[in-house]
Order: sequence, then C-alpha cells, then structure tokens
Amino acid sequence: MSRWHKMLLSGPGYSALAISRVVHSWRFSLNGSRNFSTGKRARKDFIQDLEGQFKAIREKAAAAMPGTDWSPVELRRDLPPDRADIVVVGGGVIGWSVAYWLKKKERVRDGVRVLVVEKDPTYSEASTVLSAGGIRQQFSLKENIQLSLASVDFMRNINEHLWVLNEDPIDLQFNHSGYLFLASESVAHIMEENYVTQREHGAKVTLLSPAQLKERFPWLNTDGVVLASYGLENEGWFDPWSLLNAFRRKAMSMGVFHCHGEVTGFTCTTSSRETEDGDVLRIKRIKYIDVKMPDSREYQPVECAIVINAAGVNSGKIADMIGIGSGSEHSMAGFSLPVEPRKRYVYVVHCPDGPGLESPFLIDYSGVYFRREGLGGNYITGNSPEETEEPDISDLKVDHEFFQEKVWPHLSHRVPAFESLKVTGAWAGFYDYNTFDQNAIIGLHPRISNMFLATGFSGHGLQHSPAVGCAVAELVLDGGFRTIDLSAFDFKRILQQEPILERNIV
Amino acid sequence: MNQRFYDVEVFWRWSRWLKSRRVQRKNAYFGFTQKKFGVNIAAAYYVLHLGGSFRFTDQSEWVHANSRGKFSYNFLNTPDSTIEEVDLSRTLINHNGLDNIVSQKTLRSLSVQGCPNVDDWFLARLHVFGESLQELDVSHCPRITVGGLVALQHLRKLRRLDVSSLVGVSSPSLVRILLEEMLPLCEVTGAEYDQGFVQHDSMGQLKEDTWLETRSFPVCIYPAGSEPRLAPSHSGEFLFLQAA
Repeated sequence: MSRWHKMLLSGPGYSALAISRVVHSWRFSLNGSRNFSTGKRARKDFIQDLEGQFKAIREKAAAAMPGTDWSPVELRRDLPPDRADIVVVGGGVIGWSVAYWLKKKERVRDGVRVLVVEKDPTYSEASTVLSAGGIRQQFSLKENIQLSLASVDFMRNINEHLWVLNEDPIDLQFNHSGYLFLASESVAHIMEENYVTQREHGAKVTLLSPAQLKERFPWLNTDGVVLASYGLENEGWFDPWSLLNAFRRKAMSMGVFHCHGEVTGFTCTTSSRETEDGDVLRIKRIKYIDVKMPDSREYQPVECAIVINAAGVNSGKIADMIGIGSGSEHSMAGFSLPVEPRKRYVYVVHCPDGPGLESPFLIDYSGVYFRREGLGGNYITGNSPEETEEPDISDLKVDHEFFQEKVWPHLSHRVPAFESLKVTGAWAGFYDYNTFDQNAIIGLHPRISNMFLATGFSGHGLQHSPAVGCAVAELVLDGGFRTIDLSAFDFKRILQQEPILERNIV
Repeated sequence: MNQRFYDVEVFWRWSRWLKSRRVQRKNAYFGFTQKKFGVNIAAAYYVLHLGGSFRFTDQSEWVHANSRGKFSYNFLNTPDSTIEEVDLSRTLINHNGLDNIVSQKTLRSLSVQGCPNVDDWFLARLHVFGESLQELDVSHCPRITVGGLVALQHLRKLRRLDVSSLVGVSSPSLVRILLEEMLPLCEVTGAEYDQGFVQHDSMGQLKEDTWLETRSFPVCIYPAGSEPRLAPSHSGEFLFLQAA
C-alpha cells in the first residue's frame, strides 16, 4: 500500500498530477492518477506559467505608467454584490439588528440576500458606540416601554440569540443599577401618571419620597425634589460596542453581506398616483442603490428590492438624495424626513469620595445625568443643551465651558461630593434627533414605495435596537407588526401633523 | 475538530441546544401546579424538583429529596405554610425559575452556591425579597459579575452575604469593601481584603493603591511570586488600579 502511495506522490509532483487529472480526466478516467501522454508537459507548463506571465504583464504596465494602480484585471475584493434583496443602509446597531432579524426570520436557507452598507468601518462617529449605553423602562409611551422590555428580554438571553459557534459567549457587561428620575414639584404629577403606565405594562418601577430617597442614598441632596421614580429591575447600562459586535458577528455568520462604502445615490422609477383631492402624486421606487467605495471614485450600483434606511444621523440626508421633500409640489415639505444630527457631550469625571456601588443612573429634573463607570470612583455625566443653544455639528469637538456652566453647578448641587471632582476625559457623540416629536420613525416612506425607515430614535436607539430590528423584519417579511404593535411610529403621523410626544419630566 | 467538519459542528450545536432546553424545562413556570395546589406547594415542589431543599416557617426540619431524586409528598398536606429557608446549591436554577418562588414573601435565607446558571439577571430579580431576605449565599457561581452584585442594594434587610470564589469578579477585595459600604448592616464574607490588591509594575516594584491608604484598610503586601491573581484590565477597575 505504502509503495503505491510513494508512486503517486513521487514523479513530477503531486499538485501537477492533480492539475493534469482535471485537464485529462476524460482520457484517463480508469487509472486517474497516472498519465502517459507525451504532449502534456508542454501544455501544463503553459498553464503553470500563466499566472507568472500575467504578473509580468502587470509589472510591465505599472512600469510604463508609474503612479497609477490601474490594472486590467479586477482586483478589488471588497465591492458589494451587484444584487441584493434587501439593502440596509447604515451599519449601526439598528442596521445590524435588522439584518440579523431578517436572516433569522427567513424561511428557507438563503431566502433573502441582505446587504449592510456602512460608511465608516471604525465607527469613529457612530452614535451607537459614543452613547452612554443606558437602558430603562421609564417612558410614558406604551410602545417605548414595550420596546424596552422586549429588548431587555433579548439581552437576558443574548447568548441563546447571538452566540456564534467557536466564539466566546457574549458578555454585555450589563450593570444592573436602575435609573433614578428626580421630579420637582411642577412635574411630579407627570411622574405619577408615567408610573401608572409603566406598572401597567410590566415595568418594575417604584416611587420614592424624599425621605426614602435620603435613607437609600445618603449622599444625595434632596432639596427641591418632591418625588423620585426608581427602576428595580431590567434597567442599567451596558457596553454598546459588545452589543453591536455581537449583532454583527452573528449576522455575518448567518450570511449577511456587508460592505464598507458610502451610499451616494439612487436610481429610481417614478409612477404617478392621484390623491382623493385630485392632485397627482409621484411615487418613487428604488431600483439601484449606488455604493461608493472609500478612498476611491469607484462605485457599484446594487440592484435591490427593498431598502431599509437605518442610517441614524444621516438618514435625513439619505432620504433627501432620492429627491423627496425638496420638490416644488405643495405640501411636499411634510414628506421630508425630520431627522437631523445633534451633538451631545459626555464627560468622564473622577471623584474618589463620590457615591459608591449603589449609585444609580441618576437623572435630575434639570436635565443633568450621571452614572458610575467602573469601580474606581469614575463617573460619566452630561446634560442636554437648550433648544436655542444647540452646538455646532460639523465636528465632534468637546466644549469644556459647557461642563463648567451647565453641568457642574447642577451636579454638585444634587450630589455635594461632586464639588471636588476632576474631569479626566470627555467625548462628544451625535444622536439622531427627530425634530418633529423626538420619537422613532418606523415604517414605509409614503412616497418611496420600497424604502422602510428605522430612524429618528432621539437617543433611545441603542436600548431599543433588538426589539426594533425584530419589528422591522416583521414589517418587511410578514407585512405587519406581530410582536409589538409599532404602528403609532409610522410616518403617517408626520403627514397628519400629529406628534406623539414622550411626556418627560426633563 | 468542529472547525473542520460540519457534522461535528451540528452535533455540537445539538448538544448545546439540548443542554439549554434541559435548563429551560427545569425552570419552567409551574402555572398549573400553582392554580391547582396554591403558590406555596408549587414553590416547594419546584425546589424539590430541582434537587434542592427547604424549610417551612413553622417547622424545624428540612425537606429534601433523597439521593435518587425521590421525595415524599407530605408537603401537600400543608398548603398554607410558607417557606423560610431554601437551599438550592449546585442546581440548575436560573432567573426564569425564580418566578416559582417569588410568591414566598417570608423567605429569609437563600443559598444558590455553585449554580452554573445563576447570573446577574438572577441577582437583579432578587429585589422581590427585599423586605424579607436576610441571608444570601452566591458563592462559587461562575457567571456572577460586579454588574449583578450592585442589584443587591434592594435587599435592605440583608444581614449575611457570601461572595467567595466568584470567578467573574476581578477584584474581590475591592468589591467586598464596596458591598459593605452599599449594605452597611450586612456582613460580607468570602473575599479577603488583600485579594488582588497588590500590583507589580514592569520593574518588579510593588505598587500600592493610594485610595486604599486614604481609607485605611489593611493591606497585606505579598512577596513577589506568591501574589494572588490581579485585576484584568476592565474599564474602570483598571483605572483604579493604575491610580497609584
């Protein structure tokens, strides 16, 4: 037996034998490995040399035209596929969550071809990773509470959902400290109403009086606080990057295509419909979506059936590219997507005498929040600026004056220990602010018949992402919401000018 | 091997799925039992079914299953007695299973020592016993981290807490100090103050933590070589140890 092996493996080389087997298989099908042809060697050499010759041609061309990386053969590997069923624009946590749920809900293997397009592979300006990473149920709208509860349920069983074979189990670093909202006299009644709604939908929240508050958190100054609501369970903060990465890893293991490129344009067909008033309305349908490669002018039109706009802060820009909302037809202004970036500063402060392990994610009625970061007396804090004082959104520079003027006074008033803090770091992040009513927009765009929107979360995107992904996948694949009814978040409310506002205490 | 052969991969997946299904079934919600026999009996049955033991409020002896998992159904005769102490060490309980015993408002002592499925979500769920629980043993649970221990702040009546041998907690001594600050009436056992506090820098020199000195806790300096495990770099905790 071993002699036969030796015979097979000796001679002109095993790989050459393998090639000749492929080429001459019709002739030597009986004893496949041995080859008695005399003309073989020359032909085989030609095939073997072919690659080397191509290389020589390329080098010659490069020498003739220095400075260009032109090549007659396509060498780019990172181009997106030229056809996909569903293109998700935006590879943030919402985008990957939608991609994951689409693949999860497909009935047959490779039932849908999903492509996720992300502009920045380093996520340097993405809202997902620059957020404070909190999750809470203390909302006033029932949809938001349900989304939060469903997301928490997902995170609780995250390893059953997102675990990938041969990888470590996912550690979200979830910190189970509840949110503590403080209400002044003027907003206490809102807090009570919200509390009733939250309990009704199954959120574990409790109300605390100032005396109870003082007993639980002795480091807190309760001046001006009339009522506080404290989340007992399912609230806290986690690592956004872990969640994003888990979604991405799982979705890619399930066969989602991804590409790093920027969406620069759309090719649409237009059809006309008549409204009840007799106006002619142009409805667009996206045929191709142009994806431009980074650092190059090369772009690839991707043929697609459905586009999901999950581009977060840039989703308004994406919708404008199709040319809606800017037309001269009347009432068209109502069709543009009211989502724009807003900049928020997050400061890291060090205060060794600050609140300890029990410190919650505290949100004061002045708008200032803080939470513990790690165990070494570090905290992160911030505040939402006034509507009139929105910072410049062209870059992510941090305004340290803002901390001195707007954050620290409120913070040290609430927690006197913070008078001796030291700012150790800061960053700024965008969030996709819905200027209409600060709530998510989920559903079909009325004038683009195949673009679904999942954007405008105004700061709750990260915490709602698992449930929103499921809802959007249901909307796309099943034609309607199955688990959580999010029809209130439809674009329709913008057309009818009926905002659904979160009744906040800040 | 499962990186090479798809069939091995499939078996691996199946075994994992079977394992998780076993845990799920063990921790299923005993709704029917609760409806038919009442919440107390359902809770008692659940504990025995998992292989744990318990003690009723008005009785002194513990009820537990024998080595073959069989137990007597005498507890069916006392539907009104509530459970005071539960020992669920080395069982498959997880956060879903807790639903079966949340009805026991008189629960005074709970031990979940060495349970592989007890995680932070389980600890976060314990706030329902906030008014009664006095003793808690969470030692040897591999999945518990600091993120879950902070949720114990809702247990205002807690008097004794055992946190020994938690693999997921990187600096046990610091966590013990912080837990003692968080629960001033509670005696925290299991982690020594000197565990994981001393750090060598690259020169072999000993580094102590300034913060610790200011708080005047005893610090034991280990000779080089016999040092306990150190905190891995974990966002804030890392910063803390670097502060010196």
